Amino acid sequence: MKPYLYCLGMVLLATAGPAASQTPDIDEIWEIVQQQQREIADLKARLADADAQLAAADEKIEATGDYLDSVAVAAPASATKIGGYGELHYNNLNATDSTMDSEEIDFHRFVLFFGHDFSDRVSFFSELELEHSLAGDGAPGEVELEQAYINYALTDSLSAKTGLFLMPIGFINETHEPPTFYGVERNAVENVIVPSTWWEAGAALSGHNEIGLSWDVALHSGLAMPTTGSSAFRIRSGRQKVAEAMASDPAVTFRLRYSGIPGLDLAASYQYQSDASQIAGDGLDAGNLFVANASYDIGAFRLKGLYSQWNFNGFAIEAADADKQTGWYVEPSYRFGTTKGEWGVYARHADVDGARTQDKFTQFELGANYWPVDNVVLKFDFRQRDHELASEVGRDFDGFDLGVGYQF
Amino acid sequence: MIQANRKNLGLVLRIALLTVFTTAAIAQSSAYQSKPEFLEQSLGTTQPQSDVIWFDDELRAVATRILGHPPGTMRMRYWFDGSRTAWIVDEIGKEKPITLGIVIQNGEIERMSVLQFRESRGWEIKYPFFTEQFDGVRLDKNDKLNERIDGITGATLSVRAATRSANLALVLSEHIRQPIQETIAAP
Repeated sequence: MKPYLYCLGMVLLATAGPAASQTPDIDEIWEIVQQQQREIADLKARLADADAQLAAADEKIEATGDYLDSVAVAAPASATKIGGYGELHYNNLNATDSTMDSEEIDFHRFVLFFGHDFSDRVSFFSELELEHSLAGDGAPGEVELEQAYINYALTDSLSAKTGLFLMPIGFINETHEPPTFYGVERNAVENVIVPSTWWEAGAALSGHNEIGLSWDVALHSGLAMPTTGSSAFRIRSGRQKVAEAMASDPAVTFRLRYSGIPGLDLAASYQYQSDASQIAGDGLDAGNLFVANASYDIGAFRLKGLYSQWNFNGFAIEAADADKQTGWYVEPSYRFGTTKGEWGVYARHADVDGARTQDKFTQFELGANYWPVDNVVLKFDFRQRDHELASEVGRDFDGFDLGVGYQF
Repeated sequence: MIQANRKNLGLVLRIALLTVFTTAAIAQSSAYQSKPEFLEQSLGTTQPQSDVIWFDDELRAVATRILGHPPGTMRMRYWFDGSRTAWIVDEIGKEKPITLGIVIQNGEIERMSVLQFRESRGWEIKYPFFTEQFDGVRLDKNDKLNERIDGITGATLSVRAATRSANLALVLSEHIRQPIQETIAAP
């Protein structure tokens, strides 16, 4: 044998021996498989356990989410509610008679609403107002309870209320939060002829149906208009504000309204005062008020108008030529949005024929509202008032108003 | 004169009472749709498939911009059948939550229903003459409604609540629309 063949044979023998000894036999392979099976089973068990834990966690998350959702939905509907509105006015008016100029700033109204739901059907609502910032002896303002009534929802479309509530007449009397109307000051017709804000005590029934018809019927306390003095037969002075009010001669009010077409609002109100002074034989007896108001939106354009008329019986009011008192206004407006809020511009022409000589006038207004957010408004307007009677020409004025208002 | 006034008042009171009883007799107790009824009418079953969409930071910011306040919940549940989704949104008008059901298909409102109205003003919005305005409304390029919703005098806050709810439902439906379409497309 050649020497190199001998060496090769020795190397092969040296390496082949250990390799053959490390190869598992069938028993060892079976043991390995068994071991792996146990590990797989263990992993499967762990996976099943993890799945179960995950499912349980999912259930808990769902349950927590459902609970938190239900709490979040229920929370705003708490039984007692607070709201409010307010408005600050600046007036700069130049009269023909300069002694009647007006330049003043006034926090005209600060109002808080309080309401409470006693049940799904029975609720309470109130409106407490501080006018002109300061009330008390010698102060210009008043603290007034303007609404305080119990409402009972007889059905989803029929409700009854009793207490002290607003008269269902015109636009402003029931909806007078500053962001809802144009002009720093409320319109003159719904001040002199419809004496907004006007509330009485009594009972009322309200209903509506699915075609957009609604109606109100109210039996309530009446006016007590003065028949002598500088405010004789002035309707606004007849409001007793349910403050130890005379209640010998009640009144009834009806309203029929149609709002079944979005953007359209038509309403007619009628009120009968059995004795508008509450005193028999003083020359002022029954009174009838008729008010019609309409509003129609065409896109961003709105046209709004109101007509109101009082007719009174009684020898004294007829002699004073105040037995018929009327007022009307028309108000076109245009509202548009910007990236920084919404703007609205308006014009208004009003014609007022009230009892007092200074309450017979026409007024023209032009102005703008700016809503940086829905419930806050900044206002500007220009006003010009011309009196009918020559004796009142000194009261004619023009000027501008600035205002800020809010509601929540 | 006094007797005449009292006679007139008596007549008016009789008319008032007649009106009251007539009103009571013809007043309709409008039955709201329950949630299962709404889902059945919208998706053909009272128990359709449902899922939730969680308000992560980004989606919460979008919802806050639309509503004017953060969403009152951490997530919103929706129900679906194919590409049609149904949403139930609670949104406060003036004081109390209004519950609205909104059905959306292919990015367009198919139907809006008021499932519960609890406010004292703005009852008009619960009827079809108001809600039908939302039929066919989509999002514009700014994620706002592409059509103007006419208001109701004296019901501004309720109208706004309905409009905000529709806007939110449309935005959320767009958020999930792609995955749903992918699911439908999958074999």
